[in-house]
Amino acid sequence: MSTPTSAPAARKPATRGFKERVDHLPRSVKIVLWVLFALFLFLLPLLNIPFITTEGSDFGGVLFTVATYVLVALGLNIVVGYAGLLDLGYVGFYAVGAYTVGVLTSEHAHLSWVVVVPIAIVVAMVSGVILGAPTLRVRGDYLAIVTLGFGEIVRLTLVNSQWLGGAQGISDIPKPPSAELFEVPSLDWSSGAPVVDLDTTSTFLKFGINDFVPYYWLALGIIGLVLLFDILVKSSRVGRAWEATREDEDAAELMGVPTFRFKLLAFALGAAIGGLSGALFATKAGFISPDSFQLLLSILFLAAVVVGGAGNRWGVIVGAIVVGYFPERFRDFADFRVLVFGLALMLLAIFRPQGLLPPRRTVRAKRADDRQAVLEEGEASA
Amino acid sequence: MPEPTQPTTGDDETTTPAASPAAAPATTAGAGEHRLADPADEVTEINPGVDIAPEDIGVPVVSEGERLLEVDEVTLRFGGVVALNEVSFHINKGEILGLIGPNGAGKTTCFNVMTGVYQPTSGAVRYLGKPLGKRKKFQITKLGIARTFQNIRLFANMTALENVLVGVDAHHTTGVVSAMFRLPKHRKEESQGYARAMELLTFMGLDGKADELARNLPYGDQRRLEIARALATSPQLLCLDEPAAGFNPAEKAKLMELIRTIRDQGYTVLLIEHDMKLVMGVTDRIVVLEFGRKIAEGSPAEIRDNPAVIAAYLGVDEEDAS
Repeated sequence: MSTPTSAPAARKPATRGFKERVDHLPRSVKIVLWVLFALFLFLLPLLNIPFITTEGSDFGGVLFTVATYVLVALGLNIVVGYAGLLDLGYVGFYAVGAYTVGVLTSEHAHLSWVVVVPIAIVVAMVSGVILGAPTLRVRGDYLAIVTLGFGEIVRLTLVNSQWLGGAQGISDIPKPPSAELFEVPSLDWSSGAPVVDLDTTSTFLKFGINDFVPYYWLALGIIGLVLLFDILVKSSRVGRAWEATREDEDAAELMGVPTFRFKLLAFALGAAIGGLSGALFATKAGFISPDSFQLLLSILFLAAVVVGGAGNRWGVIVGAIVVGYFPERFRDFADFRVLVFGLALMLLAIFRPQGLLPPRRTVRAKRADDRQAVLEEGEASA
Repeated sequence: MPEPTQPTTGDDETTTPAASPAAAPATTAGAGEHRLADPADEVTEINPGVDIAPEDIGVPVVSEGERLLEVDEVTLRFGGVVALNEVSFHINKGEILGLIGPNGAGKTTCFNVMTGVYQPTSGAVRYLGKPLGKRKKFQITKLGIARTFQNIRLFANMTALENVLVGVDAHHTTGVVSAMFRLPKHRKEESQGYARAMELLTFMGLDGKADELARNLPYGDQRRLEIARALATSPQLLCLDEPAAGFNPAEKAKLMELIRTIRDQGYTVLLIEHDMKLVMGVTDRIVVLEFGRKIAEGSPAEIRDNPAVIAAYLGVDEEDAS
């Protein structure tokens, strides 16, 4: 039991889950692994790893798109995965966030980006409460229909409101303030082996119009914060109340859970994260129009959550990567994208109905076992 | 649920995969015979040694023998159907009151009126002297009335511990902000709640299964977990809706002993049960319902000799042939 190294743990039989194996590592090794992983994600757009890197489109931009999908999936996971509320109009909140940024930085005011993003989060949250307060009294299919309507109402309002730019949308959305701290070189693989290319660099947090890598870094940082928030809130009374509501709403209510309040809370938090994601999208794109917020996007967001495994935050991240990245990587098959996607969904529904990474409780189960073992040891020695 | 595998030994046939509440009652009938010779029975010994007295939840405490809850002339109609017809009875603090009657007599409906699932058409339920009125279900639970369900309705995809924690949380106030910043309130409520939940699980003989998903527990454990979850809300009044359904005689006897222990720890119990013999043995008083009407009330001995009750149960009366 004294200081096990990572090597024997890695050679453990394959029957043990990946997560379990990682959990058995000592704390220091885990921290190092996490830091390495974060560093890898940070450098990913500059490593230019063959095969993974998208050729047709800018890899930094693609990664940014994937990051916004991940953010959206994390938000939608609170609503669909934790609280069990089927939301088919999530793109509405995404649009609210994006348009709040557009209106306040370009169309009607010229506030600073730093001020506007929190406002966008609050506005999206309020829109979530406004939608949720009357509609969360209905359940299941009915809720899905009402939210579906909400997404379309938002889009049609955008199209028809000249104040919001109408069908032309809003352009000239300013960039966030840049802070040019240091330059990060990229790797060049053209000679077969990786060579550090000092000419092609990305400046840390210089939000320009050619290099999208800093936007990806920004989104990555925000994902980290949202993940932390997710973890902290889920492992509390709030998370349990959501899960109880999802499992059996009536029983939860009879066990003292104010289910309506918690459903509304899930809706508001989900909307806030969706709005944040929309705000990031508007910032990077610089231009938004109602066409950016089609119903299909709602379906894709939901697909990301369901494909990954609703209720498991790591699962929905994988789902978001699948939904966001693969269509970009395989642009050659762009014409068949929807067909392939539909086929993949069907196969998944047949062979893995709970998603790629369904929720697991191994961590908690293991911790409780350890506690139990410690208790028993104590009793035996007493 | 692709893998309802049971890590505990050799009681596969008793594992009720209660994925949907509707599936549970169907399997209960056979569960009794199976469990008769089950060695696992001896393992899940309940532990009455643990102190699980209700925590102070700010409800005025009445002394032993005083009226805790009063059902006053309650009538409940669903369209033309009269589910409850001017039913009146009361529950004294510290007693075990049996609520019996043939199928469809309105016993569970009575529970539903008391816990706020239905609003009475007329009449009132008074708790500690005050009418429950239009209080929400969760508010009534917070006042101190907890219940279990006739068809097991656990949170199937949560662990046994989490199920009980949800009950404990009824009196907690941690919100998003406290949880997000791990404020002292969150930490205090989590540690106290965890201790209380483990106490209750130990009391119910489920401490070894705290981290099993509720749906993977054997049928009997699920029934006991429901009681633990209800107790976790620190109720003044614990309403048990056929807690022994699907149990064999030995298990039933054990459960009745447990109910008595729960009462001795300071709870008041309202018990719905079909098995007359059991009800007679454990209750202090009995209320008998038939077709939504109260037909008798009294001590077990009085009920046993009451001709109306005998008629209701044995169907000797010409009208009640069914």
